[in-house]
This record gives sequence, C-alpha cells and structure tokens, in this order.
Amino acid sequence: MNPAATEHTPALLLDHVTCAFASREKSGERYTAVRDTTLAVGSGEFVSVVGPTGCGKSTLLNVAAGLLQPSSGNVRVQGAPLSGINRRAGYMFQAESLMPWRNARDNVLAGLQFAGVPEVEARRRADEWLSRVGLTGFEMRYPHELSGGMRKRVALAQMLILDPEIMLMDEPFSALDVQTRQLMENELLELWSADRKSVMFITHDLEEAIALSDRVVVLAAGPATRPIGEFIIDLPRPRDVNEIRMTPRFVELHTDIWHVMKDEVLKGYAQSKKN
Amino acid sequence: MRKARKTSASDIAADAVPPQRASATRRASLRSSPARLALYHTLLLGGLFLFWYLMTEPGLIPPFYFDEPTRAKFFFGQPQEVFKRIWSWFAGGSIYLHLGVTLLETLLAFVIGTLLGLVLGLWLALAPTASTLADPYIKAMNAMPRVILAPIFAVWFGLGITSKVVFGVTLVFFIVFFNVYQGVKEVSPVVLANARMLGATGKQLLRHVYLPSATSWVFSSLHTSVGLAFVGAVVGEYLGSARGVGYLIHQAEGVFDIDTVFAGILVLTIFALILDFIVTKIESRLLVWRPGTAETEAL
Repeated sequence: MNPAATEHTPALLLDHVTCAFASREKSGERYTAVRDTTLAVGSGEFVSVVGPTGCGKSTLLNVAAGLLQPSSGNVRVQGAPLSGINRRAGYMFQAESLMPWRNARDNVLAGLQFAGVPEVEARRRADEWLSRVGLTGFEMRYPHELSGGMRKRVALAQMLILDPEIMLMDEPFSALDVQTRQLMENELLELWSADRKSVMFITHDLEEAIALSDRVVVLAAGPATRPIGEFIIDLPRPRDVNEIRMTPRFVELHTDIWHVMKDEVLKGYAQSKKN
Repeated sequence: MRKARKTSASDIAADAVPPQRASATRRASLRSSPARLALYHTLLLGGLFLFWYLMTEPGLIPPFYFDEPTRAKFFFGQPQEVFKRIWSWFAGGSIYLHLGVTLLETLLAFVIGTLLGLVLGLWLALAPTASTLADPYIKAMNAMPRVILAPIFAVWFGLGITSKVVFGVTLVFFIVFFNVYQGVKEVSPVVLANARMLGATGKQLLRHVYLPSATSWVFSSLHTSVGLAFVGAVVGEYLGSARGVGYLIHQAEGVFDIDTVFAGILVLTIFALILDFIVTKIESRLLVWRPGTAETEAL
C-alpha cells in the first residue's frame, strides 16, 4: 500500500491515522482534523508536508511524536508500533519551546541531563553543539536575551544533541524574517547532510518545502485532511536554498505542486472566512 | 493614626520602584542616580514628620479644629515623643523580647504558610481529580473572613506563639497556594511538550519545568505574604498575649498612650520593610532569567 514499505521498513510510518476531537462549540459533535492518512518517511529521507493553514499539519506531527494519540490507525517507528512518547524522534516546535529560566547552555544540555549524563560531560557536549550552530560566546545568555534566530539555533542544538534518528519539525522558521530564515535553512541542510537523519518537515511555504526536501506531500484543506499529492524533488544536492529557487527545474516543480495546492488553499481560505 | 499610615504608605510606594532593572522606565533621570533618589526619599520622609510636628505641637500654630491647643497632641501623638519612645525601647533593651517574639511568629507563619502553599498548590495543580474535588472547599475557605478565626485559635492553641503562627499561616497559605496553582496552570504547553520530547520523566518535569515556572508567581505573592504574616502575628497578639509588639500597642491603647502606639507601628513598619527587602534580594537573585519589566516579550 505504501511505495516505501515494499523496499524496506520506513523510519516513520503513519498508518491510516485518523484524529477526531470533541468540538469545543457544540458538545457531542466531533471535529475530524485528519482522516485516514498514510504517510511514510524513509530512512535518511527529508519529507516536507505542505498544506493550507489550519489543515491539521501539526496534528499529524504530534501524532508522529507520540504527544497525541490518534483516534484510529497507528504509528510505526522503524517497524515497531509506537506507544507513548517517540523516543527516537526530536521535535522542533513552531512556538518558543526553550525554558526561559535556563541559559542557552543549560537549555541545550537539558536532554542529556534528563538522561542522567554527568554534568561535566553534558556541559562539554552542549558547548560543542552551541559552537556548531554558531553560538559560541552566548552560552550564558537567557532566551529573552537572544534574537529569534538565535533561539531557533539553540532549539536546533537542543534537539540534535540527543542524536535523534528522526527529526520532526513544525514550521520551525516561520517566525523568522526572510534573510535569517534562508540562513537557517542552509544551516539545517548542512547539519542534515552530515548524518542524513529522517526528517518530517511541516510548512505552509511551498518554496521552503521544495528547496529542502527529497519529497513533498500536499495535504487537502481541513477539516478531515488527507494527502492529495506527492512529488519527488529531484534537484541535485548539496543545495543552496537561495540559488536553487532560480533554477528552471525548481520553477517547474513549483508550478506542478502549486497546481495541486491552489484549490486547497482557496478552500481553506473560504473556510477560515466562514468561521 | 491616619498620619502615621500616610508616612509608612508613601515610604513603601517609593521603595517598591527602584531596585529592578534601571533601563525600565522613561523617568530615568531620578532613577539613574541612586544618591539623588535617596536624598528625595529622605526629604519626603522628613517633610512628613515635620508636617506631623507642626500640626501637633501645642501653641505653635493657632488652633483651627480642636478647641484646646493640646488636643492635637493627645489624639495624634508627636514625632519627637515617638522617637524618644523608640530610642528608650532600644537603648533600655525592653523592646527586644517583644520584637523577637513578633518576628519569630512572623517568620514561622511566613515559612510554614509558604511551604504548605507551595506543596499543596503543586499537588492540586498536577492532580486534576483531587483539585476538582477540593475546589469548592478551597474557594470557601479563602472567601471566609479569616480574621474571625484568631480568637478561636487563641482558645484552641493558647495565648503563646502557636495561635499566632497558625493564624498567620492561614493568611499566608492561600496567597501562595493560589499563585502556585496559577503558576503551574500557566506553564507553556509548548515548553512542557518540548521537555517531554527531550525525555523528561514526571519527576524531572516537576523539578525542571513546573517548579521554576511557578517560582516567579510565588515570588510576586511573597511580597504580599510577608505583610500578611506580620498582620497575623500582630492581630493575634492584639487579641490575647503577654508578649510581642502587638501586645505593647494594645497595652498603650488601653491607657491612651498614642505616642507608644505610633512607636510600635513605626517599628513594625520598619521590620516589615526589611523583610520585604530581603524577599526582593532573593527574588532578583533567583529570577535573573526573567525579562525586565519594560522589555516587550517576543512571542
């Protein structure tokens, strides 16, 4: 049923996942955010999920992370069914996720601390990661003393220090300005290409999705969203997200995917106006 | 009575502003030089005492409210007499026992009330079933005018310090409790989810997420609690005791010795300010991570 499943076990598999919530406005009614969605992320594959705002992309990611229990269907990580938090995955949130009472270093080493790594060792590795994301000298700064881009770098280091096999990213750069964003995207690609983790990247920005990914999955407008299109991005790597946007193949892919996405975006827009 | 209140109130208000971050406000000129600020504080205080003296010294200004020139002095006391009384208390050493008792009651009530509030607040905020069950009772206990309990505690726990401490605890507890409860409820769900994704266990979440997040709420409540712990101790002493500054004030009121009453109030005010100052110091040490008040918080 899934192209990746026939070859080898995918790193992450959402198998016929449906998520329904009790409606807030009318009791007794249900709101189905995601319906019967099957999505696989192959080992070392960078998959982007795009879709109009409010279509349930984050719900899907929370299910993959184990933060949310699907109403039906199941999640498989390296073939094993997931129960509880997905320990093999790192999660980068859209909103501010750093602990404001910890400085940059203590935020980065949090995962190691929770795992019981000795303090000296944890501190050394945290400083190493901070330098890898270009934040040497900012170890003692608290989140409110860092810029938005720096906070995202800290969050990235915080996730990567645990060396997760799967990276779940929920519009991590959407709050950044365009320039910082492109810098961060390039840095992400560079870090990713070093050890090729499996990535599930959620975004509403189609250009970002194409520039970063191996594969782009398009979701329908909510409610009851499901994948309606899948595109292999055959652009050569290594890529520079800024330069690749100018290539003819990029424009071609963009046109194709946008063709599928457009109706859904308009649908989503109409719905948001109605509500 | 009213005049002395005025003195202490203005003093507290002026004192509450400066120690935070200097970059905070537009009226930086006064704050940027602590020496000048201290001078203005002193001048304001001196002015208030001078006003008090002018209004109460017999024969200094023509009487305009009381028929007799010594009436104002009788009703409002006189600053120089008040200071003389305070001086003789401290020089003669008669105050130390009373002050010690009052401070001990205050500190015990403060510490016990805060710890109870912290523990119960954390527990109830993290246990939805227990909190739903306890909710109406906690609201009722908070709504109850608890000053009424003071005489009952005197009956239950005697006239020693226990009844005052228990009374102070009932005042302090609810303030801290509600703040901790709120603090835990307001923990950012994203920060929480992130800590869980980083592998935090339930105990680690409590220690590294809930507790630090509640701390800032607790500290904002501690300023109120310090004052209330004092209220608990003094009201308790006032209603029945043989020691403490509240007892001194009560005795003096019995013989219309207004100067001693004001002296007692002044001494209590100064010690309440000292405690509040200590809380502020600890707060700024523990909460370095908090953005300054005037800085906008990025979302």
